Amino acid sequence: MSLKNRDTQSLSLGRERLRAYKDIGARYAIGAGGFAVIGAVLLMMAFFFLQVAPLFVSATFDRVTSYEHPASGKSVFLAMDEYRDTAMRVTETGQVIFFKAETGAVVLETRLSIPESVQITSYQLINEADGEVVFGLSDGSLLVTRYAFVISYEDGKRRVTPKLSYPLEDKPMMIAQDQPLLSVAGRSSADSVIFAAFAKGSSSITLRRFEKKKQMFSDEVSLEALDSVDIAVNTQPRWLMLDGLLDWMYAIDEQGNASVVALRTGDTPTFYKNIALLGDNREGSRRLTSVSFLLGEISLLLGESNGQITQWFPVRDASNNYDFMPVRQFNDQQAAIVQVGSEQRRKGFVVADAQGQVGVYHATAHRTLAVESLSQVALTKLALAPRSNAVLAEDANGVMHLWKLDNEHPEVSWEVLWNKVWYEGYGQPDYIWQSSSSNTDFEPKFSLMPLAFGTLKAAFYAMLVAIPIALMAAMYAGFFMAPAMRQSVKPVVELLEALPTVIIGFLAGLWLAPFLEKNLPDFFLFLILLPTLVFVFGYAWSRLPDAVRVKIPHGWEAALLIPVVLLTFVLVGLLGQPVENALFAGDMPSWLTNVAGIGYDQRNSLVVGIAMGLAVIPIIFSIAEDAIYNVPKHQVNGSLALGATPWQTMIGVVLPTASPGLFSGVMIGFGRAVGETMIVLMATGNTPIMDINVFEGLRTLSANIAVEMPESEVGSTHYRVLFLAALVLFMFTFFFNTLAELVRQRMLKRYGAL
Amino acid sequence: MLKSWMKEGNHWVWFNAMALTISLLAVISLVGLLAVKGVAHFWPKDVIVFTVDDGKGGNVQLIGERQRTGERLEGDATVGVKHIPQTLVKIGGRELFGADFKWVDDPAVIAQDVPQNMVTIERYEWGNLYGRLVSVTNSDGRKTSGSAAWDSFKSLIVYHGQLYEQLVDIQKDKIGSINYAVEGLRLERRGLELKNALTDDQMARLAQERKDLDQKYELLLTDMQKLQKLSESLGVAEIEVMGGKLVQLPVSKVVAATMPNNMGILAKTGEFFHKIWEFLSTDPREANTEGGIFPAIFGTVTLVFIMTFIVMPFGVMAAVYLREYAKDGVIVRMVRVSVNNLAGVPSIVYGVFGLGFFVYIVGHGIDQAFYQEALPAPTFGTSGLLWAALTLALLTLPVVIVSTEEGLSRVPRAIREGSLALGATKIETLWRTVLPMASPAIMTGLILAIARAAGEVAPLMLVGVVKLAPSLPIDGNAPFVHLDQKIMHLGFHIHDVGFQSPNIEAAQPLVYATAFLLVLIVISLNISAIAIRNRLRERFKSLDN
Repeated sequence: MSLKNRDTQSLSLGRERLRAYKDIGARYAIGAGGFAVIGAVLLMMAFFFLQVAPLFVSATFDRVTSYEHPASGKSVFLAMDEYRDTAMRVTETGQVIFFKAETGAVVLETRLSIPESVQITSYQLINEADGEVVFGLSDGSLLVTRYAFVISYEDGKRRVTPKLSYPLEDKPMMIAQDQPLLSVAGRSSADSVIFAAFAKGSSSITLRRFEKKKQMFSDEVSLEALDSVDIAVNTQPRWLMLDGLLDWMYAIDEQGNASVVALRTGDTPTFYKNIALLGDNREGSRRLTSVSFLLGEISLLLGESNGQITQWFPVRDASNNYDFMPVRQFNDQQAAIVQVGSEQRRKGFVVADAQGQVGVYHATAHRTLAVESLSQVALTKLALAPRSNAVLAEDANGVMHLWKLDNEHPEVSWEVLWNKVWYEGYGQPDYIWQSSSSNTDFEPKFSLMPLAFGTLKAAFYAMLVAIPIALMAAMYAGFFMAPAMRQSVKPVVELLEALPTVIIGFLAGLWLAPFLEKNLPDFFLFLILLPTLVFVFGYAWSRLPDAVRVKIPHGWEAALLIPVVLLTFVLVGLLGQPVENALFAGDMPSWLTNVAGIGYDQRNSLVVGIAMGLAVIPIIFSIAEDAIYNVPKHQVNGSLALGATPWQTMIGVVLPTASPGLFSGVMIGFGRAVGETMIVLMATGNTPIMDINVFEGLRTLSANIAVEMPESEVGSTHYRVLFLAALVLFMFTFFFNTLAELVRQRMLKRYGAL
Repeated sequence: MLKSWMKEGNHWVWFNAMALTISLLAVISLVGLLAVKGVAHFWPKDVIVFTVDDGKGGNVQLIGERQRTGERLEGDATVGVKHIPQTLVKIGGRELFGADFKWVDDPAVIAQDVPQNMVTIERYEWGNLYGRLVSVTNSDGRKTSGSAAWDSFKSLIVYHGQLYEQLVDIQKDKIGSINYAVEGLRLERRGLELKNALTDDQMARLAQERKDLDQKYELLLTDMQKLQKLSESLGVAEIEVMGGKLVQLPVSKVVAATMPNNMGILAKTGEFFHKIWEFLSTDPREANTEGGIFPAIFGTVTLVFIMTFIVMPFGVMAAVYLREYAKDGVIVRMVRVSVNNLAGVPSIVYGVFGLGFFVYIVGHGIDQAFYQEALPAPTFGTSGLLWAALTLALLTLPVVIVSTEEGLSRVPRAIREGSLALGATKIETLWRTVLPMASPAIMTGLILAIARAAGEVAPLMLVGVVKLAPSLPIDGNAPFVHLDQKIMHLGFHIHDVGFQSPNIEAAQPLVYATAFLLVLIVISLNISAIAIRNRLRERFKSLDN
């Protein structure tokens, strides 16, 4: 072998190897491409689950520290700042101690501006967000205090400076000379301030009302006394509760007797009614141990000695009378409730009991998110951080416990999503979707039911339009129609599938909806007239002399019908107005609303049904037509040879064989109708109501996502609920598509066997 | 007779035929409606003088175009409803008359005249103006009236149009690119700061560059101001509008002016095509209710182009895997189920995925890693062109896979075997023989994918499409294609202008026109895809035989 030869050989060997490497490399690359598709689907699914999962996670507690409480004395009131940095305790003697929440190191110690020997006998929050508290004193006076944690930054480091001030005067306001105040309350609205107090040995509650006077040239507000009213009570109320809108005052004693005082009716506060919060409790087996408001100061949270917590709120009945109803109960703690701390930004609350346990709850969602034992002995006081991310609790031994709380999404539960929920201000439990509002103490309503209902309603009406037309057209195109016509007709119908849905939706919303509103009877007239005319025309055609009939061979009936349909349109146009005048007093939508009592929206479910039906027709048509067309010819011919008419062959032979194909087409069409966004977004009013009425609007899951997703805050509960809606859609279509595909595969196998 | 006819089920056959006829007519009338409503808008309409009974014994005059007809209801169903036919008249001059449309009861119309010499003036602001041209005063104070005024008015408008183009060129392109460079310098500086590499040299260099840019900017600014002054002082037209009022209209506020009542059929045809061209080639004005849709067309094309680059390799690879490599088994079945489901998943779900995964996770990650200097303003961590293209690629993947697979399945076995027998490796066989033969099918898939993407709106609303983008995604500033930009899109434009527009009456004709354009694009893409597919099928039929 010459040198040159060897060289080429080794060269070609190298090339061979390169080719082999290339081949293997390509194999792996292409394999990876295939797997990437599975990966994409799995990634989508996993991502949706990951986004949704935090909604259903419980809250978790993490212990930070425990330490002997700073300074002496018995705590009356406990609070903590936004950043879990500094806390405050107020003792019975009026000492105010600010200390580091993590170590207990005292930052500032001062005393409320009250006389030496006077003690605090009661307190009530006025406005937790502003740190306003009213204290009832042993000398019969009350004092309004504001605590604040002023945040400043120095060299990028945060500094918290505690501050104590007196929004009214730094002197207590006398209510009942030398009679300790057993309970106090205060609340301020835009233009007035009201204080309530109940003194020891008294038989009435004193209500003092003030008008806010704004000072010229400054923001300062001065109070001008308006009046002082005494409301007689026959109980010894331990809690006075003024609600947030200053509509009601509740005076509640430990046996659960509540006197409700109406603050708005007339101008002077008047007694409204007595309610027994604990039912018939004459033997005193049940005892209230804590009463507080939920965020928004509408709902009362009542804690009992047996650990049960009940939420009450006022409910207006049909005749505008208010009743006070127990709405939901929480039974996850066993010992007497010591204190309920309401969250400042959500309708959640945290509860300390006499066994040392703290429970985390959410009212609307009716969820118990966590119950954790913070201490071996009873807890006496509790402070919840404003961001609800930490709890500071004091126990009976005077030990402080600081725990971190991780509670991201308490608002959502299975009950909230799919069951009726009784929301504040509503007469009865209901399904409601209302995800956001302008005010901060708003109760989000995340019921997916109206949306799921709207989705199915839209799909139902769309299928009502699409199934008959699509299947019948498929039967005709796949079996009866002449091949020459089929070749040109099928692509035209399938072109409808390619039409962007935004265009169908836009026509439905801007053209069809006003058109139908104007010519509603025409639609129903068309429904009746067309089949009649077609029937008459078909029969007449069969009676025509053969000489005429042979001119148009079988399988061109659809073409013959084009003038018939057009004629129907003309007839309907002519008849519409007279019919509307005769039957519906000239205007059908107005007749429906005023006479028949059926609501009519311009963009209603009928419009959606027609428009989305139109979009779904080609999908069902295309699959069903394929199934019918591919029914083995020998079966058809056998049936025809035995003397069956074409229609009998269709019913007896073709349809049974092709039925899986029809089913699969309908399923895929349904899946499409469920997920369609643009048509429903543009053709309905997007109102999340639950009403089967075809003339009212709806809101679907998909349209809801399109409307609300861009505005929702990333990672918020609302955001995740929208992901849940997307996941529901995903799973739904996944189910129907897989089902349709399985059925279709089986059909293909059967065709193969035939 | 009838009985036996029915017994044979013949009436059912007719009903089936009816269903098909309805579907057919639905498609045709849908497209027809769009065509008529979309194109009719561009035909120059006569300016009509309506004399209307004002119901108080007097007459009022309305000058404008006939927009459409409607009706008004009187009374309600309890007393009987009367329908009164109405005509919507476009009277223009929103700043003069409050609204630029007015409904007129047809029975109240006493006379409709189409006098000569009525002008329709399209303006940059406040919509059209209809009336009579009284006089034109030039910049040098020379006043003309009559037909001389019209000639001078037209030539002034043409001249102003040229000035306006120059102005836009300076404002958008030149000053735009300077702003872009200034922003680049700011980011560079911030980036160096973050890396603690901002030396005095660098600072001096950046300051120098900034100074150069500022100088250039000053120059452009004086140019611009000169042009502006010139265009503002071109001249003033005096127009007698509805109600006999005289309006002083500076030429600089005028886009175009016509005298439709004086036009013959030929002139109108010319104007018609001119207006269509304007619609296709200019930017929108007045909150998208006037002007053209060029940025939306450009955005759509860019979007589908980028999407094609992403979807093609993945789609073709997956199809090749399924057809040529995979052995029938669990995995193949899983891939098929996945493909099927990708095809069936609602498009809005893709949008949610795109927003949650691409934008908020991948995009944020990219910003953290590479665009630290721009933070907290997001670069890729917000919806934009790239994410929209990726989302659409995912959405159209099944279309490409299914179509490519079909093409591969039609390549005869003999061709593969022949190639393999001659010693080619599998990939060589695929690359040199199978794929080229299947390329029309791949083409078909891509065209169908493009058609789908061009019309898809729901996911785009979440991942990168806006009603008005400040600039095009491709321009003269490096790196030329701005993947992080938000874009305009034809489909979204329809939804936005049709449903969120402040002046829905004025916007409607444009929405119809946009919709018709989109339908034309989608239909022609589909028809070409079908044609290619049919040609392919024919070709292999002959090969098989």
